[in-house]
Amino acid sequence: MRGLTGKYLLKRFGMFVLTIWLGMTIIFIIPRLAVGDPTSALLGRLMSKGGNVENSAELIARWKDRFGLDQPLHIQYVRYLYNTITFNQGYSLSAFPATVDDLIQRTLPWTIGLLVVATLISFVLGNAIGALMAWRGTPRPVKSLLPFSLVFTSIPAFMLGILLIWVFSLTLNLLPYAGGFDRKVSPGWNPEFILNVARHAILPALAVVLVRMGSWALGMRGMMITADGEDYMVMAQAKGLSSGRRFWKYGVRNAILPQVTALGVAIGSIAGGFIIVEQIFSYPGIGSQLFRAIQDNDYTLLQGIVFYIIVGVAIAVLILDLTYPLIDPRISLKKN
Amino acid sequence: MSEELNQGLGTANRAGNREQTAAERPPVSPNGLDKEVVLAIRNLSVVYPTREASIVAVNDVSFNIFKGELLGLIGESGCGKTTTAMAILRLLQPPGMIAGGEIILAGKTDLVKLEGAQLQAVRWRDVALIPQGAMNSLNPVMRVHEQIGDAIDAHVTPRMSRDEIKQRILTLFGLVGLPARTFDLYPHELSGGMKQRVCIAMAIALNPALVVADEPTSALDVIVQRIVAQNLLDIKNRLGVSILLIGHDMGLMAQLADRMAVMYAGNMVEIAPARTILTEPLHPYTQLLIEAVPTIKTRKPLKLTEGLTHDLRYPPPGCIFQSRCPLVMEVCRRVRPPLKETKPQHQVACHLYDALQ
Repeated sequence: MRGLTGKYLLKRFGMFVLTIWLGMTIIFIIPRLAVGDPTSALLGRLMSKGGNVENSAELIARWKDRFGLDQPLHIQYVRYLYNTITFNQGYSLSAFPATVDDLIQRTLPWTIGLLVVATLISFVLGNAIGALMAWRGTPRPVKSLLPFSLVFTSIPAFMLGILLIWVFSLTLNLLPYAGGFDRKVSPGWNPEFILNVARHAILPALAVVLVRMGSWALGMRGMMITADGEDYMVMAQAKGLSSGRRFWKYGVRNAILPQVTALGVAIGSIAGGFIIVEQIFSYPGIGSQLFRAIQDNDYTLLQGIVFYIIVGVAIAVLILDLTYPLIDPRISLKKN
Repeated sequence: MSEELNQGLGTANRAGNREQTAAERPPVSPNGLDKEVVLAIRNLSVVYPTREASIVAVNDVSFNIFKGELLGLIGESGCGKTTTAMAILRLLQPPGMIAGGEIILAGKTDLVKLEGAQLQAVRWRDVALIPQGAMNSLNPVMRVHEQIGDAIDAHVTPRMSRDEIKQRILTLFGLVGLPARTFDLYPHELSGGMKQRVCIAMAIALNPALVVADEPTSALDVIVQRIVAQNLLDIKNRLGVSILLIGHDMGLMAQLADRMAVMYAGNMVEIAPARTILTEPLHPYTQLLIEAVPTIKTRKPLKLTEGLTHDLRYPPPGCIFQSRCPLVMEVCRRVRPPLKETKPQHQVACHLYDALQ
């Protein structure tokens, strides 16, 4: 690859580590600035369930000791850094016997499966719609219908989610509206389970796709119009190239470049971006988990999830940076 | 070498250049009748419809392009020379449209009537383009050879193998003096002059009958201008391709053109052999235009004011140049002078020469 040297890789990897470290430090500080503390929150929940809790002061002290919350902040910080990078983030404060890594492992695949796929679908569809909207060779009927595919863009994803549930689950009774799969099927790599999971994923995925598609389409439409005004498009026409080749190799190929940059960021920020969608559909993903962690002041779980989000974004950006010269020859990794 | 450079730098030194180019140039046949017409433009009109009235960008223009000649099309910015060229290439961007006339290729095909696949087939194979802004005329994400290769691939049947295409491209590079390593480069890795030569190589890839060169040397420095100009002459002389050269660099035109056509406000006002246009222009506009060319040796005042003096939507009755013409007569206000042959090979649209016919 053009200009990819060991020195560059090392530098870029250094940036990657620095990004993650800064992110980790921020997520260590922020929850501790918030009002309330996790042990009293836990106690409050216990009290609301079981009435009076005896020896509550002692309980709090034991908990604090157990989770290291009685230590000075810098000790907590060093422990936190060490535990995080060794993937041993300890127990969740709110779901005590479960560990943070357990909880994340249980929910992360669902989110990746649903949202990464939905984001990719919205990217492909949105860009196709946008490119065709801007292309002069698009047949007139298609062109007049395309804008209708974008009417849902202005609705927030969760509102659209409610609408979809009402139409497809409650009224038409076609698709399930909650959870990741039915209790009656046994999880595993069997066709019945996979089909069941897919059926559950349709509505939340649709909500994400319909909402996200619009911004891809509008961005692509603008880029495509810009590309169409370039001299090389006139040349392509003068050369008597087929409409298809001009559309793909001259139009889309140039217009898509900034969209790919945006895709990297969009994939990275998936988990945080669709918390409410996951909530609406009671989806067992990391968004719901994050929502609960915030509600419960669950520092450890919160840190764990946000850590994964930060790593996700950093990896996405790293991959994007390293592969960008492949899609745009003008970008070189070499410093001139 | 120094002489070469001096010529390039002294493009405005017309007296010096005239002798030089006349000697270099192959002789133009005296009557022009025995020459094969590659492209015949007949009564071509191009309009841009607006809500109130149409803007007539090209008005009833007729001229021939002969085989193996380089016809220079000159005029001020906005006079319709590029619009004429784009109409010939059928590349007018909407709302611009051909309102009438014919563009007859090789005495057979009327380009105005072609659509879809037929038009696509004629493009590049018969009429190619050397663009104005070579800087942006190459696709930035495709290698040079892919961009020449796809033009070849789109038109040559049976399809050529990759190796044959590569050989063809390298031959083209040789013709325009590009190093073979250019083959694998991306446009951003080329200098402005190299890009323009890639465009010239691309234009002659299919050995077309006509190449339209739209100000191919604008934005290049004078030395590169000379090299590109030499390339144009080379391909004309070696391949016998006809070139329609659009531009307003009179020095360059003097170097290259066999004949020159002068446009004003969408109308053709004069067509004559290049030397005649430069030494004995008949139309008052051509005279002023030639006089406006700056020279290195003397400073002289500009006699022609810039821009058009009438609204293009509502051209005045009579001669299009009447409001700026120093020799305007009463008849010019009423009757539009047709383009007529006043001397052998010399056509002019001006009432001053009515008596000559």
